[in-house]
Amino acid sequence: MTDLIDPVLLARAQFAFTVSFHIVFPAFTIGLASYLAVLEALWLWRGQDVFLRLYKYWSRIFALTFGMGVVSGVVMSYEFGTNWGPFADATGPVLGPLLGYEVLSAFFLEAGFLGVMLFGMNRVGRGLHFFATVMVAAGTLFSAFWILSANSWMQTPAGYAMAGGQYVPADWWAVIFNPSFPYRFVHMVLAAYLTTAFVVGAVGALHLLRSSYNESARVMFSMAMWMAALVAPVQLVAGDMHGLNTLAHQPAKIAAMEGHWETERGAPLLLFGLPDMQAETTRYAVGIPHLGSLILTHSWNGELRGLKDWPPQDRPYAPVVFWTFRLMVGLGLLMIAVGLTGLVLRWRGALYVTPWFHRVALLMGPSGFLAVLAGWVTTEVGRQPYVVYGLMRTSEASSPIAAPAVASSLALFVLVYVVVFGTGIYYLLRLMRAEPESTAAAPEGGARRPRLASEWAGGPTKE
Amino acid sequence: MTLDLPLIWALLIALAVLLYVVLDGFDLGIGILFPFFKAKRDRDVMMNSVAPVWDGNETWLVLGGGGLFAVFPLAYSLLLTAFYAPVIGMLLALIFRGVAFEFRFRDARHRPLWDVSFAFGSTLATLCQGIMLGAFVQGIAFKGRAYAGGWFDWLTPFSVFTGIALLLGYALLGAGWLILKTDGDLQERVYRRAPWLAVAVLAAIAVVSLWTPLLNDAIAARWFTLPNLLYLSPVPLLVGAAALALFWALHRRRTALPFLMALALFALSYLGLGISLFPNIVPPSVTIWQAAAPPESQGFLLVGAVVLLPIVLGYTGYAYWVFRGKVHPDDGYH
Repeated sequence: MTDLIDPVLLARAQFAFTVSFHIVFPAFTIGLASYLAVLEALWLWRGQDVFLRLYKYWSRIFALTFGMGVVSGVVMSYEFGTNWGPFADATGPVLGPLLGYEVLSAFFLEAGFLGVMLFGMNRVGRGLHFFATVMVAAGTLFSAFWILSANSWMQTPAGYAMAGGQYVPADWWAVIFNPSFPYRFVHMVLAAYLTTAFVVGAVGALHLLRSSYNESARVMFSMAMWMAALVAPVQLVAGDMHGLNTLAHQPAKIAAMEGHWETERGAPLLLFGLPDMQAETTRYAVGIPHLGSLILTHSWNGELRGLKDWPPQDRPYAPVVFWTFRLMVGLGLLMIAVGLTGLVLRWRGALYVTPWFHRVALLMGPSGFLAVLAGWVTTEVGRQPYVVYGLMRTSEASSPIAAPAVASSLALFVLVYVVVFGTGIYYLLRLMRAEPESTAAAPEGGARRPRLASEWAGGPTKE
Repeated sequence: MTLDLPLIWALLIALAVLLYVVLDGFDLGIGILFPFFKAKRDRDVMMNSVAPVWDGNETWLVLGGGGLFAVFPLAYSLLLTAFYAPVIGMLLALIFRGVAFEFRFRDARHRPLWDVSFAFGSTLATLCQGIMLGAFVQGIAFKGRAYAGGWFDWLTPFSVFTGIALLLGYALLGAGWLILKTDGDLQERVYRRAPWLAVAVLAAIAVVSLWTPLLNDAIAARWFTLPNLLYLSPVPLLVGAAALALFWALHRRRTALPFLMALALFALSYLGLGISLFPNIVPPSVTIWQAAAPPESQGFLLVGAVVLLPIVLGYTGYAYWVFRGKVHPDDGYH
């Protein structure tokens, strides 16, 4: 066995890779399931065909995404055991039942009603079909509830006792509603809704660029821009509260996010900088004085702890955390800007006839995915070197599997995921590029711009 | 009186795994049989016969894994580490077959490729499961609470044989399902080929049943001493009866009975396995009581299982009911 490659690092890389690929799918399906339920409700309530057309259009995309979410998710449920055996053995009594409840209350619900939702339109009545859609949407939210509770417990463990090397539940209420869970849950569900809103908005924008008379494109673009305008600012507040909660429970993570090394009063907010772990400083720092303290302590001269307060082996890797956090916040601010611009254009009656705004919305299509991934990297790298915060180190958690075995499985995962899910994402883009049917007649000639279709699909494609 | 929680949970997990094996067994079986049906029309029917239910079927696998993590974390940790390669192989294989359900309808030009992906993924996933079953029966080396065996301990002649046996078994379940869900020429071809498959499955059951006690004296003693021999004799006798009923049903072109008898063969083999191994959850020596999570954990999840499992079974049954009857090529939403 070689000492050059650390099997723990490989196991972390494998988990990070598989979970990052996985989270992209549920981040989209959580929002899309709710969107489908809203579309079907509007169709049943108002009887306008456009909602049914949109439902069918997006349910194809949902089916494809959900399938990939399922198969990449099954991997996660076994990876705790294959690569993190000692962690599974020690935390199973606490975390296992949370995942058990996720399977029982969420996965079965989604899977059981998904068939009826996708294939059952002609086999069951409208009411029952709507019920199936709502159950699938509820399942995605229940799933988010339990898995975020489990993740939050690893970040802010509570309600446990120790017995024979295992974490044993002492108070289930305290375990499930551990200190960071409510914030993380709200933050993630809003993130999923925003992710979906910006994908739907981008698809609407694409088809508006081709023809601003397309009724389906108008309706989906309008709905998406309402979501952006309403939810993006709420997310800012939720994110701020989540940050304050992190400051209370994981101050080292905040210090890494902010690139602060010295404990100081009236700390600045760094806009730019390159944290250097060896030199224990943030190079080329550009900051706004006092703003860091103001945001995090809500006081002009509030004290913030710096990374030097912790011994080097207990510090998270700041260069990553610092930048992924800025990426997430930057994207969030852009989302707010898009939402507000959409409101202004709507007020002026120009929402459907402003091509430059449609191009912006098109570019913002993947913004939710990037923000979700950046946020998760921030919180997961930021809680290192612990897997159960403050209690169990990541290095103590991994299975006794030799580096070559982990390296080969990692290589296989990368190969299979890139090929299979890469193809799946290509199919998704192709579905999104297909024009939603519209009853409203388009004017002769002119309005179509197929050039943008190839931009969206990432290059020329063949049917 | 206090509840024996580990025993209750061992039975519940065993039930979840059995449901997984028979439910995903028939849809994996469809994939195993794919290479024997070349026509696009046949393959569309085969795929559509399981498309609305495969996802729910696979969820039982997640319950088996998640449940083991929750209530027998030591077993979860030991078994998955010991079976590292076949577990990863199974998970990757399940990806290849799972995405094919959507992909092959989304890309007409590359449909043959996704057909191969479906057949290959189903076959490899089954083979890995069967190999793990054999390696599980043979036992795991461990020290303290950690796995202490080699990385290829799972690969033995016995485990390869159980891998092949499971391939045959799932193929038989798939054949039974096709007879139930199809008609006309496709169904007739399955009727004609299924008896050969049934012969192979019964031979495999016989070999595994004789090979297992040879591996382990304790298992041999459990089956072949008096009075156990008498108490347990109904198991092999019922296997014989189910086999006869299966051949009769295939010969008389019955619709549902072949599938039901294939299920019966699985349930009986599974029961036999349970009799051989009880009360070990990690053979040869970790019992369900030693691997159990504390009662606070087992009790908490038991409440959920008692309330939610009947509901799950209810709406799962409803979903099967909605899609009852024969499948036709133009079914599906695509």
